[in-house]
Amino acid sequence: MNADSAPLLETAGLTKHFRLGGYLSNRILHAVDDVDLAIGEQEIVALVGESGSGKSTIARLIARVYRPTGGEIYFRGRPLSAMRSRSEQLAYRGRVPMIFQDPYGSLSPVYRVSHGVLRALKLHRPALSKAARDEVAAQLFESVGLTPGSDFLDKYPYQLSGGQRQRVGFAQALASNTELILADEPVSMLDVSVRIGLLNLMATLRREMRVSFLYITHDIASARYVADRLIVMYAGHIAESGPTEDVLAHPKHPYTQLLLSAVPDPRAPISLPATSSVAEPPRVVDPGEGCRFRQRCPYAIEECALVTPRLRLLRPAHTAACHVATSDIGVPAKEQAATSR
Amino acid sequence: MVVTAPVLAVDGLSVDYITDRGAVRAVDGVSLEVAKGEFLGIVGESGCGKSTLLFAIARLLSPPAEIAAGSVRFRGRDMVAMDEDELRHVRWRDYSVVMQSAMNALNPVMTIGAQLKDAIEAHEPASSQKIRERSEHVMRLVGIDPIHLASYPHQLSGGMRQRAMIAMALVFSPELVIMDEPTSALDVVAQRSLMLQIKELQRRIGFAAVFVTHDMSLVSHFSDRLAVMYAGQIVEVGATRSVFEDPKHPYTKGLMQSFPSISGPKERLVGIAGSPPDLLQPPAGCRFHPRCPSVMPRCRTEEPPFYEEPADLVRCHLYDR
Repeated sequence: MNADSAPLLETAGLTKHFRLGGYLSNRILHAVDDVDLAIGEQEIVALVGESGSGKSTIARLIARVYRPTGGEIYFRGRPLSAMRSRSEQLAYRGRVPMIFQDPYGSLSPVYRVSHGVLRALKLHRPALSKAARDEVAAQLFESVGLTPGSDFLDKYPYQLSGGQRQRVGFAQALASNTELILADEPVSMLDVSVRIGLLNLMATLRREMRVSFLYITHDIASARYVADRLIVMYAGHIAESGPTEDVLAHPKHPYTQLLLSAVPDPRAPISLPATSSVAEPPRVVDPGEGCRFRQRCPYAIEECALVTPRLRLLRPAHTAACHVATSDIGVPAKEQAATSR
Repeated sequence: MVVTAPVLAVDGLSVDYITDRGAVRAVDGVSLEVAKGEFLGIVGESGCGKSTLLFAIARLLSPPAEIAAGSVRFRGRDMVAMDEDELRHVRWRDYSVVMQSAMNALNPVMTIGAQLKDAIEAHEPASSQKIRERSEHVMRLVGIDPIHLASYPHQLSGGMRQRAMIAMALVFSPELVIMDEPTSALDVVAQRSLMLQIKELQRRIGFAAVFVTHDMSLVSHFSDRLAVMYAGQIVEVGATRSVFEDPKHPYTKGLMQSFPSISGPKERLVGIAGSPPDLLQPPAGCRFHPRCPSVMPRCRTEEPPFYEEPADLVRCHLYDR
């Protein structure tokens, strides 16, 4: 990412609340609260968190499936709320398409797999003739690894494996004038032996088609594999954000530390801690002030219950929302290892 | 080490699904043994037959699935030959099953306590006092406050529901607990804590466990032995550490190459090309040969037997020497 240029997409104070229960209910679910994030050109940003942490809500807000309760999303510096005309909204949707989790539910069984690609081409690139659309569709299929592309155009979903179907999803997302792909758990329903192929595809498409990805996942190891930057969500807030390797090597937020210690890693030596953390993520209904992780946090201090921590810069380009975490900036590298945990 | 008779001995077990297009052999000639107190992991991708194998072992198959061949000996008795009436005495009291999705396996309109009571009463008449004591005991075992005996499943979090399922499986202190991906619906943190708890309970109570999962890394620190399934067959079985440190079968090697790691140097992984076969028409010879990077001519025609390696059994012609 070029640090001088404005990011491709940026959110400021992005917030989404859902009202629970009936008309008379005042209970508010805080799905996403006050999220600032930025995605650069040709950048892969991973949004990691448990279910219910708000990561999918962020994708849907960016995709304009939901309207934000507060805050703003800027695409190339332009606020989305200012996009009024249908043609502008259509153009935005073409630039920022989404890929879904379930490759079995997201393709209609009664249409050929090229249907979605051809529709997107017709809608977003109306100048193309029918023959040209078929040709472009075949090229797109080849670019996502469905070769020969022309053979796949006439297939039906049932003739494809899960991994191939998800590749069709990628081809659909590339059929418009794509700049940023919102990929919501795109590999979690696939078999482990084919997942890596799709993660590699994301890296290839970023390089060759020059697109960015917001990669949403609960699998921190796969995030490390593809993403330049990592954003860790907890209960609707960003807990920590920074360059992937730096976050993994120097996790600042206690939640990130807990998450990393829980990832099963066959290559790590056997270490079974004596006690296990039984606590689970909170449901964020009317949360009030304070850090949302404090009930599970071993380092919580009084301040954590009173003041919601804001993201602070603790290492170069690496921020965490924690009152207790210490800053490494200006600390000699030798001493950092001791202070980072 | 004292050699004792295995708790569970499966021999040449095959399961067919009867479909309009003919029988699909979902489990093909599986043999395995589980010793007393042993933790056996079974890993494989979706459709490899691992869940069907579990259901067959627990005698929970229902049409169109049926056991086509082989035997399942549990504590020396052949379960395949037992009728429902005989099974009822053994099931749950001597072996129990923890299902994948607690939300579907628990009754949504009954409290946890009432469901535990049902399970206990089905096997031995007991006073309310006894039932209550035992229920509270197993809830404490799995780390849930017994106050939740009065809760309905929807009032518990995902992790607690899964714990309640395990509590239910332990009411009779069975000798064998069969688990089908009990943690797959959980987040990593909850998953890790549940795995630690299962292991701890196993150590304390001493039951043998058969644990099925698609996530090989999950069992890497927990199982004593590991069996890898592909297309209905076991392709490799051995001590867990040796399978991880020195995988033999090209499929196991491929699986190991499919997991990114959060530690160590970042390396490009390749996964395994292609996808698992259609079991209506399994490939001739070795079932993995269309995807295998080390395929030889004989693999296309000749089905490999198990070859013995020092720590492993592996079904691959590469080890014929």
